[in-house]
Amino acid sequence: MGWALSLFIELVLMNTQTEEPLESLEPEPSRLHTIISTAERMAGNVFILPAVLALLFLSVFPLLTSLYISLAKFDIAPGGYKLTFVGLNNYKKLFVGSERDYFLGKFVPSTLLGTVILGIVVIALAVFLARYFLTTKISIGGLIGRLLITVGLGALTWMYVHTIGNDGRLGTVGVTLLYVFVGISLQYIIGLSLAMLTVQQLPGRRFFRVLFLLPMMITPVGIAYMFRMLTDTSKGPFTPIWQGLGLINFSWVNNAWGARTAILIADVWQWTPFMFIVLVAALESQSVEPIEAATVDGASTWQIFQNITWPAILPVSMTLILIRLIEAFKIIDLPNVMTNGGPGTATQSLTYQAYIDWRALNIGASAAVAYMLLFLVTFFAMIFVNMIRHRAVETL
Amino acid sequence: MNQKKMLVRLLSLMIVFGVLVTACTPAATPTKAPEAPAATTAPATTAATAAPAGKMYDGVTINILTFVGPQVAEPLQRRGPDFTALTGAKVNIVTVPNSDLYQKVLTDATSGTNAYDGYLFAPSWIVDFAPAGLIEDLTPYVAKDKDLQWDDVAPFFRDFNSYAGKVYSIPVDGDMHMVYYRIDSLKDAGLEPPKTWDDYLAVAKALNGKDLNGDGTPDYGSCISKAPAQQSYWWIWSIAAPYIQSKGSSQGPFFNTKDMTPLVKNDAFKRALEVYKETGKYGPPDETNQGVGDSRGLFLAGRCALTMDWGDIGPLAIDKANSKVVDKTGAIENPGSKEVLDWDTGKLVPCDATTCPYAEDGVNHAPFASFGGWAGAVNAAVDQKKKDAAYAFFSYMSQPAQSSKDVVVGKTGYNPFRISEFKNKQAWIDAGFSQAAADQYLSGIEQSLNNPNMAADLRIPKNHEYIQVELDRILSQYIAGDLTVDETMSQLYDSWQTITDDAGRDKQLTFYKGTLGQK
Repeated sequence: MGWALSLFIELVLMNTQTEEPLESLEPEPSRLHTIISTAERMAGNVFILPAVLALLFLSVFPLLTSLYISLAKFDIAPGGYKLTFVGLNNYKKLFVGSERDYFLGKFVPSTLLGTVILGIVVIALAVFLARYFLTTKISIGGLIGRLLITVGLGALTWMYVHTIGNDGRLGTVGVTLLYVFVGISLQYIIGLSLAMLTVQQLPGRRFFRVLFLLPMMITPVGIAYMFRMLTDTSKGPFTPIWQGLGLINFSWVNNAWGARTAILIADVWQWTPFMFIVLVAALESQSVEPIEAATVDGASTWQIFQNITWPAILPVSMTLILIRLIEAFKIIDLPNVMTNGGPGTATQSLTYQAYIDWRALNIGASAAVAYMLLFLVTFFAMIFVNMIRHRAVETL
Repeated sequence: MNQKKMLVRLLSLMIVFGVLVTACTPAATPTKAPEAPAATTAPATTAATAAPAGKMYDGVTINILTFVGPQVAEPLQRRGPDFTALTGAKVNIVTVPNSDLYQKVLTDATSGTNAYDGYLFAPSWIVDFAPAGLIEDLTPYVAKDKDLQWDDVAPFFRDFNSYAGKVYSIPVDGDMHMVYYRIDSLKDAGLEPPKTWDDYLAVAKALNGKDLNGDGTPDYGSCISKAPAQQSYWWIWSIAAPYIQSKGSSQGPFFNTKDMTPLVKNDAFKRALEVYKETGKYGPPDETNQGVGDSRGLFLAGRCALTMDWGDIGPLAIDKANSKVVDKTGAIENPGSKEVLDWDTGKLVPCDATTCPYAEDGVNHAPFASFGGWAGAVNAAVDQKKKDAAYAFFSYMSQPAQSSKDVVVGKTGYNPFRISEFKNKQAWIDAGFSQAAADQYLSGIEQSLNNPNMAADLRIPKNHEYIQVELDRILSQYIAGDLTVDETMSQLYDSWQTITDDAGRDKQLTFYKGTLGQK
């Protein structure tokens, strides 16, 4: 809200300053002139006022209100409802209270592999920090940013190695990050492969371009129902095959990792076309001269891709991944329809958890989960944007 | 700057100012027609029976919110035009998924949106809505409504739709869990219908993997849906109730009436959890992702030897077009237990005359009146004319003339709740039941309803959070294998204690004892 108000004040001052010389041109202003010039001074402010108000009402106030709600408890009261301030109780419940296992996961001692991975990540983060201290001029912003990244990534790795394996269980944070990073990686790789394929001069490439786009045109709930049907081993279209394989009494979506895999497959199917279409445009817009020159010089296909195509599509790829990253954190439709969040809570995402709390009118708890989601999205988006900026600086 | 330019600016400024003022001015409120005083408003009965010429709700449109069809909403949608022809009131039925219904009702009422004039929902929720004044006290309406025949509604359902001695919802459905079994399959295997939950497991185990419908593929011993956010939180109480409650309906299976501690951390609940999980061994492979529609479909397709359900399977099983179990379906009161909980020690003790005063042949039954049946409540914040029309519509749906026809049809999702519907077996035979099937089906429900140890569903404030949020989540984690039985009990106990403390332990205890008829 602060920045909006300061913007508004700045605009007022700017208008006042620009109109002063005009006033001085009027030696003996009549009453009408005074009114007109006052109106003129105010005109800019008044014109911009609706936009500022809209921004405040639609974005800033709801954000602040939801922050307050995350610190409150909702109760039905005569004639409506009441909100009671409960401090950080809703957050406490998520991190150390009754919802900890649900939110962060069930912690167990890590496996040997987990400990090794944690060790590698810790060393990598230590190197990352050390490089900053040794090679770069230290600034307060840069230091805070790097400390946040180190602590955040370290904590998330610790969470994963203590919730995967043995009797551990992923919480909604772990499941969401899994959907985001595994899903986006697969979507990008498949999308890029298909794009590379369809920019070749192959017969039927136009047909396949349209075909590959189809999933994007189907409503997400429709996709979820379709995959629910496909994964149903007792009534779905694959039942005869399943029976033929002698797996009549086995359902692969009946355990946590099977169900998560099913959600990931559906998500990849749904979103790969988005990656595909943008990457096709990026590939087609690159200049052909360097490629022709490289071909003449005897460069291999891989060398051409690595040294010419990849740098050319990198800016688009970064933006594409950033958009998907922000969007993917909000996944709810697929787990809700395909598995009802089950088995247990194995496929529930953060948005799903917030939705369940909201549905039960635990509005405070729901807002707290939403704020944690906002924090995570901002954290990863910040890292990613910094990566893009560094890349841009390096390129320049 | 010339004057012309300045004038243009001034005019623009005035236009913007005008637009802003207009936007900020509250919309003009049309003059309201004088409302009829509440006390003198004719109750719904008049509307339902009035001749077309007397259409007392001409021009009135009522919006009714309920669970998405095809069941439950179907009779409302089908009978809406008939009601319009009778009374002039236009009826809009708005449907949402079951899991969203509670939130939708409360958001509508608490935010003052009041988009809906009536709600067809779970009567156990009235304890949340009535004290807040969000739903109308229907006692005076019922008192004047002779066509509703309130006394014909079975006493349990009359009580279940009341709060603090006042009627807040009108039942159109009566719900009671029962166990259905395949008469032919059990007979062929020389098995008796299960009397206890241990018997249930034994029968399910014996028939699991057998071809029950002659299609050459192995079928299932038991079908009980276990998907999260569906109905599993009700099935578990049907299993747990006979292990926990043995001293009559006023004992209650959910909390200890001394201090409101949850009865979910003891040997009885542990056994119920084990039984519930074991039924899955004899069920379809994807049972953890199945809702009641799936398990119902499997039973009707002849693929299950046993299932647990509300009264719906009875009428659905006789539908020759969709059922392969016509005249092959038996219905019994929920199985019981030969051991019950000692509330002081938390251990299971054998049934005897002292521990199980209502036992039959040494088996303690506690049939569970799950959900309580769909019932209509009226939004307290809408115009009196709309309140009257909404009440009239619910009354119309509940009156024997309509209800006796709806409860015998499987697709409505409505089950009998009136005394006359149990007595008049001809209506069931006319609907396609054989005499034997009608006798068995109705006696199964009546036996449960008349059992002095029947367990009623939870009806205290936040019951939605206790059951449909916390129990649902923890139970589904247990079924998925994420929690051990002890972890399940501990987590459920802690989470219920937190809800009780948040809501106020004494207040909750008073409510709970009130619903059990204790002081």
